Amino acid sequence: MYTEKVMDHFTNPRNVGELEGADGVGQVGNAKCGDIMKISLKVENDVIVDAKFKTFGCGAAVATSSMATEMIIGKTLDEALAVTNQAVVEALEGLPPAKIHCSVLAEEAIKAAIQDYYVKTGREIPGGGCTGCCGSCGHDHGCETEEE
Amino acid sequence: MTNVNPIIYLDHAATTPMHPQVVEKMAQVMANTYGNASSVYSVGREAKALLEASRESVAKSLNCLPNEVYFTGCGSEADNWAVKGYAMANRKKGNHIITTKIEHHAILHPCEFLEKNGFEVTYLPVDETGLVSLEDVKNAIKDTTILISVMYANNEVGTIEPIAEIAKIAKEKGICMHTDAVQAVGAEAIDFKALGVDMLSLSAHKFGGPKGVGALLVRKGVKLEPFMHGGAQERSRRAGTENLAGIAGLATALEISVENLSEKQAKIKAMRDYLISEIEANIPHIKFNGNREHRLANNVNFCFRYIEGESLLLMLDINGICASSGSACTSGSLDPSHVLLALGLPHEIAHGSLRLTLSSKTTREEIDYTVSKLKEIVHRLRLMSPIYDMSLEEN
Repeated sequence: MYTEKVMDHFTNPRNVGELEGADGVGQVGNAKCGDIMKISLKVENDVIVDAKFKTFGCGAAVATSSMATEMIIGKTLDEALAVTNQAVVEALEGLPPAKIHCSVLAEEAIKAAIQDYYVKTGREIPGGGCTGCCGSCGHDHGCETEEE
Repeated sequence: MTNVNPIIYLDHAATTPMHPQVVEKMAQVMANTYGNASSVYSVGREAKALLEASRESVAKSLNCLPNEVYFTGCGSEADNWAVKGYAMANRKKGNHIITTKIEHHAILHPCEFLEKNGFEVTYLPVDETGLVSLEDVKNAIKDTTILISVMYANNEVGTIEPIAEIAKIAKEKGICMHTDAVQAVGAEAIDFKALGVDMLSLSAHKFGGPKGVGALLVRKGVKLEPFMHGGAQERSRRAGTENLAGIAGLATALEISVENLSEKQAKIKAMRDYLISEIEANIPHIKFNGNREHRLANNVNFCFRYIEGESLLLMLDINGICASSGSACTSGSLDPSHVLLALGLPHEIAHGSLRLTLSSKTTREEIDYTVSKLKEIVHRLRLMSPIYDMSLEEN
């Protein structure tokens, strides 16, 4: 059901962990829904110089997080904000339909981490960002807050 | 992904490998007994004789009358037929059905279908170990109740329900009692007559038989609308040319399963308890699911906190271990298993469930290997999990 690329990123995930003194941290998803992604960023001169993730979730959730961090390292903040879930899916050579929401979660985790960076540095957020409970899991378990 | 490890199959509740004797029997039937059991000539009569011999064999294995055995296309068909067939044939008596929240979907979905068609269904809750309470059964009965359907043993957590006691209550009230015994037949000693139920579903592939064949035992005198119309097979109650090889395979598999059953059960039980104690001794932050006493001999079910079941299954598979989970990702829906939720587990814990189901061939070495891999995998996934971090910070 998963492509080789997905299995590769699931079994050998890149950039697992958390950055000490991260410049931006974003966490999206909900434990009730079965997936949470947390991405932390190191930013220098508006360029993402490092990114790490921690994920609670299925194989696709781990693989999309891993791929997402790989895709944004070296990108400017604007470029990273333009990374879509579709781009993550394509980079993984496809996801089963039921797992597309994992890629949405990955896109939102990137946006949330960048938003956090903007908030921390007191700068204007271009085009808003993720507000926390993103509803990526597609159904309501009464999640009011980002953290359970 | 290519697998370098030998396969350790610990998903016998999903399906079982066919017994070699069953394969042999079926091959013989397929090669030689090609007749239609409804034909009058010798070739047909030969098929008919084998069909009836299989029926008698099943009746003997489960202590019922041969003409109380109705072969079906699978266990799900038997469940569907029992619920819908009984409701349709007896709707003049009443429109209320009692079942439980932890039934297989082959019971729950027919019940939902009936609800859309003028029936009322009570879904009984279970306690935190998965047991139905007799008091709840009694209290749910109304004047309009026509059918009670409670599973013999739960397919996910292995809890064995007090079927004989519920059947007694049903009988006193003149209500028909069905049990979905798909997980129990071949694994538990079942005496249809002594159990006191009116209908019982079973499926061949759960006890070393082939896929695509099951049976519904229907006590003599129970009114049941046919599920499949169109022929006089199965005493005009289930149309369709009989799957003779499958039926012979079912009967053979059942004969083998009930032979020395208590010895085999004791052996599996000992292995199961060893697996449970090894997991409990080696892996922290876990939750044992189901009932420790009233439990299928081969079922182990745990939730591993802070991780998700599908990830766990994929990692086990890489190591050659076949298992199953009630996580949302493996259930095909967004919600984790309805059974674990009915046991009162919160969603976030239910997502991390793992079911391991053994056979009499499962070895201690396989269990030791499984536990050592499980320990590594759970640890690795937890290190990746942001909610594991949060829990460490809280404590």
